[in-house]
Amino acid sequence: MGRYVAIRIGRAALTIVLVVTFAFVVLRLSGDPALMILGPEAPPEVLAAFRKAWGLDDPIWFQYLDYFGAIAKGELGRSMRDGRPAIELVLERIPATLALTLPAFAFKVALGIPAGIYAALHRGSGIDRAVMMTAVAGFTVPSFVLALVLVLVFAVQLGWLPSGGQEGWRHAILPIATLGLGGAAVLARFTRSAMLEVLGQPYIRTASAKGVPWRKVVTSHALPNAAIPTVTILGFMVGTLIAGAVVVESVFAWPGVGRLLVVAVANRDLAVVQCILLLVAMTMVTSNLIVDFLYGFLDPRLRAKGAHA
Amino acid sequence: MSAPLVEVSAIARSYAMRSGMFGRATAVHAVDGVSLTIAKGETLGLVGESGSGKSTTGRIVLGLEPPDSGEVRFDGKPMAAPATAAWRAQRARMQMIFQDPLGALDRRLPVAAQIREPLDIHDLGTPAEREDRVRELLRAVELTPAHGARYPGALSGGQRQRIVLARALATKPDFLVCDEPVSALDVSIQAQVVNLLVDLQAQLSLTLLFISHDLRVVRQISTIVAVMYLGRIVEIGSADDLFARPEHPYTQALVSASPAPGRRSAGRIVLAGDPPNPAARPQGCAFHPRCPRAIGRCASEVPVLSAVGSNRQVACHLVTGAETRDAA
Amino acid sequence: MTDATLKDTEAFSSEVDTGSREENASKPESRAPFRFHQNGKGSSVRRRIGLPAIPVSVALAIIWIIAMLVIAAFAEKIAPYGFTQLDLRNRLAAPGNAAHWLGTDELGRDVLSRLLASIRISLLIAFGATAISAVVGTTLGFLAAHFRGAVEQLVLMLTDFQASMPFLIMALAVLAFFGNSLPLLIGLMGLFGWERYARIARGLAISANAQGYAAAVRQLGATPSRIYLRHILPNIASTLIVSTTLVFPEVILMESGLSFLGLGVQPPMTSLGNMVGYGREYLTRAPWIMLAPATTIVVTTLAVSMIGDWLRDRLDPTLQ
Repeated sequence: MGRYVAIRIGRAALTIVLVVTFAFVVLRLSGDPALMILGPEAPPEVLAAFRKAWGLDDPIWFQYLDYFGAIAKGELGRSMRDGRPAIELVLERIPATLALTLPAFAFKVALGIPAGIYAALHRGSGIDRAVMMTAVAGFTVPSFVLALVLVLVFAVQLGWLPSGGQEGWRHAILPIATLGLGGAAVLARFTRSAMLEVLGQPYIRTASAKGVPWRKVVTSHALPNAAIPTVTILGFMVGTLIAGAVVVESVFAWPGVGRLLVVAVANRDLAVVQCILLLVAMTMVTSNLIVDFLYGFLDPRLRAKGAHA
Repeated sequence: MSAPLVEVSAIARSYAMRSGMFGRATAVHAVDGVSLTIAKGETLGLVGESGSGKSTTGRIVLGLEPPDSGEVRFDGKPMAAPATAAWRAQRARMQMIFQDPLGALDRRLPVAAQIREPLDIHDLGTPAEREDRVRELLRAVELTPAHGARYPGALSGGQRQRIVLARALATKPDFLVCDEPVSALDVSIQAQVVNLLVDLQAQLSLTLLFISHDLRVVRQISTIVAVMYLGRIVEIGSADDLFARPEHPYTQALVSASPAPGRRSAGRIVLAGDPPNPAARPQGCAFHPRCPRAIGRCASEVPVLSAVGSNRQVACHLVTGAETRDAA
Repeated sequence: MTDATLKDTEAFSSEVDTGSREENASKPESRAPFRFHQNGKGSSVRRRIGLPAIPVSVALAIIWIIAMLVIAAFAEKIAPYGFTQLDLRNRLAAPGNAAHWLGTDELGRDVLSRLLASIRISLLIAFGATAISAVVGTTLGFLAAHFRGAVEQLVLMLTDFQASMPFLIMALAVLAFFGNSLPLLIGLMGLFGWERYARIARGLAISANAQGYAAAVRQLGATPSRIYLRHILPNIASTLIVSTTLVFPEVILMESGLSFLGLGVQPPMTSLGNMVGYGREYLTRAPWIMLAPATTIVVTTLAVSMIGDWLRDRLDPTLQ
């Protein structure tokens, strides 16, 4: 098990390094960092001072290491728009994004997994077909279309819910629903196929033939085995949730990190973009690590052998 | 006596194997100090069980794998390192026939195109000449051009092996290594394919290294036979002589187990103990745990392949020890 | 992240070992009636391309895709108006009127014409991107399989990295740094999904290399490029094609998303996502501006996915 853990952590660290390198390379390739960070209106002396302070005349390896150091210390530059440190801007928006993504995740899981399990257990039934069809909608309808359709129906035509902003809890309903529904559909489909695959295994038949009540067969044998691939997909869903948040926050004018990112990209406010990029990387790496550990924990084969997937 | 076509000197090859994730790495000596010479026009039959290292030997002799130590010389020149241009050029003179003919053929191409491929690779002849050669080869392996138009999936196992043979002979090689070429075929087909090989060898003056675990087939085709056990050659001699009078206890057991016409199934020797495990080689003579006649010396000293008579070499303390005792 | 081991596409031919030498050593019908290669049986070569019974839904999907392709090719010729053409007297006209079948937008531009032009741009980007990512991914996969060692580790690291970061975020970062132009956009989208091809190509190439036809051809003296291009690639092409049909709709969705946010295709060029983005402001007054492109996105994505699923079931039931 120790080896498994070590490999995972090593890979996580490597991903972070890669992302930082990616940001560094892209930053350097796109032009003069001084101009980028300070803006085109900065006077030449300030630019020169910046270059000196940042060692931009040093060899590229030094710059890379310095960059790393700066990131580690949290010095990620200032937003061009209002001069505040980028990291502050980002951190203050995180709660708003979490207010959407966490409930959406819970919604997805609460809706998608049971639906998938039910569909698998009652294969060919009406519910099964319904699940499959909505699942298809889940991955063909992009989140912005779903968001707009929901707004059209619930806000415009029916007038039940507001269409944007963050004033009250009702404002959160549509964004959370948008984020959650698409993911729930995909999760349902995936859970269904994972369950079906497990249910088709010989040991299920054997357990049932031995006289074990079906309910127990499902809870003791089928579900734990189907949990393993499902947990992996949940890890992926964190990534899609983040990407979905970007779109949903933009549609609903929700003041979260996603919206900040879009605005920053449009304004080429690179310090902010860089900061958000690193934040997302850390989130993904952490969630992958959690999934990997859960995976190692859930799958006794991995625990025993200490092998890595 | 002409210089041997193939000279193999003391080749050895080990693989590192790890038992489980946390186990220690053990070295598996697949081949350990094997020396052979094959003269032009001869057929050397290499016999042994699974795990004896005969397939690895075949691959090393052909230059498909580099040995860890030792050398292979072909026609006086050392074998080129694999995957170099020199090595690729050498392929025109030596080829391999595999055990699984379906696996050796590309399912998406008609077999005639695959027979033609070596000619394309080595750029031999004009396109029209290549087509003629393909037809000639099909005839040589007793198939028709209509067979050539088919895909491998549409042919029987015996037909596929003939195609593989035809492809191997396209560049008129001097040397052919056959690694269990008929083991996957039905018994009745085996005889046909082996007969075909024998005929072709005579026609084209081929030199063959024929690897198999099946003594009947080896008997049919070989002029010289070498018996391998756990990576070493334990006995080598001319085919008829070896089968008539096997000296090494292992060879004796093998010969007694395979039926032969005209020989009454007298005293079948049954070997005790487990089949050989290359990862756990016994000390001294590798065969001693199963040998019905092992003596004390066998457990500690590795027997060396020594000449016994004019045309035989055996690696066994009982045989060579007796010789030296007699001589002394 | 598990590395799925992919079996070679065995569904293609089943083995025959009748041991007889007759001409009609025919093989039993394999499960998949639709094959990429034909079997010649006997001297009267009966080439059977074997179109299977296509389910109605898949047939409809194919028809839709063909229609989209035709539109993409001939957009200007079919469109009743230029897509930037203004008709200021007819702004925000509802669909169903004779002059503008799908209505007009806030500048009086004909929605139908814009839709056709958008289809062309979106499909152009999607095809370009898919081609790039397929080529890049397959090449990297082959390189990893061929050289093993450090090269393979590097490629695996890159695929892990690509698979772990949400593409949208990385795309946004690149767009922020490099600005926006159509070639850049296509190149950027070309990085979408390459890791899937790389994983498949590497897995299949490794298994092909380990035994079988690749090893046999190699020991005939073939150069590596010959082996990969003439033997391995055709044999894994079907799996790659199925992956392409799975990646393609995602590219469309991704590009639409970026354009919707205003960060993808820039005006005056128009793409499906772009149109939805514009239509959003007029959601209350003129929902058709947004609905037409949105529906097109959804139906096209659905159609390609259905074709992809069907192809996958036909060609390789062992793949999930």
